[in-house]
Amino acid sequence: MINRIVVGAHYGLKDWLAQRATAVIMAFYSVFIAVVFLVLQPADFEAWRSIFANGPIKFFTFLFALSLYYHAWIGIRDLWMDYVKPVSARLTLHVLTILALVGYTAWTAAILWRL
Amino acid sequence: MSEMRIRKRPKYLDFFSIVFSIQLPLPGKLSILHRLSGVGIFLVLAPLLWLFQASVTSPESFECFALLAAHPLAKLLFAGLIWAFLHHFCAGIRFLFLDLDMGVDLAAARRSTMIVFVVSLTLTVLICWRALL
Repeated sequence: MINRIVVGAHYGLKDWLAQRATAVIMAFYSVFIAVVFLVLQPADFEAWRSIFANGPIKFFTFLFALSLYYHAWIGIRDLWMDYVKPVSARLTLHVLTILALVGYTAWTAAILWRL
Repeated sequence: MSEMRIRKRPKYLDFFSIVFSIQLPLPGKLSILHRLSGVGIFLVLAPLLWLFQASVTSPESFECFALLAAHPLAKLLFAGLIWAFLHHFCAGIRFLFLDLDMGVDLAAARRSTMIVFVVSLTLTVLICWRALL
């Protein structure tokens, strides 16, 4: 019988590519939002809030957040696969990481679409 | 052959031996700092989201955010976070170039490592000076 471990390594080409694609999205957004801050120089609450209330910026901010959470999932999963050997502990940590990141995704959407 | 079988090779290097007991070359230090900075950012995601929420929700919550962010301890944490982000950003771009087979020979890899450290640390100082002081 082949010993299959659900939290073991797989080929991971898709993950490898996703890690890079999300990195590129985040890099572009970081430069973009830094330029927005430098140009607008938000000094008070209303100026600060209106940046993220703007439709396209809201969309790109959410895209950045999604990229961040997917990127974090691959990175943190690699961390558990590198340093946590017992399968049960690793599976628990995987599930907790996914729960946290899915929670952050919903939380981010709630923050942005209440603006 | 038999000698090779007897000799135990350290196949699995745990995290602490990588950080504390093995003298890594500079690109190795960049790499482990890339991982550490990533973990650091992951660990503060929840407080960051909470702070962001406070900063955009209402004028009152913004005041609360501003008061918290003005605390010296918060500024120290922000400085650490700014460094972690910039190191992860710059080292990540270097890794993207390595993935494209650019700068993979030893001299170029060492040079780009130096560039990552110089750029990320300079930007850290500049941004901390501009945003936190």
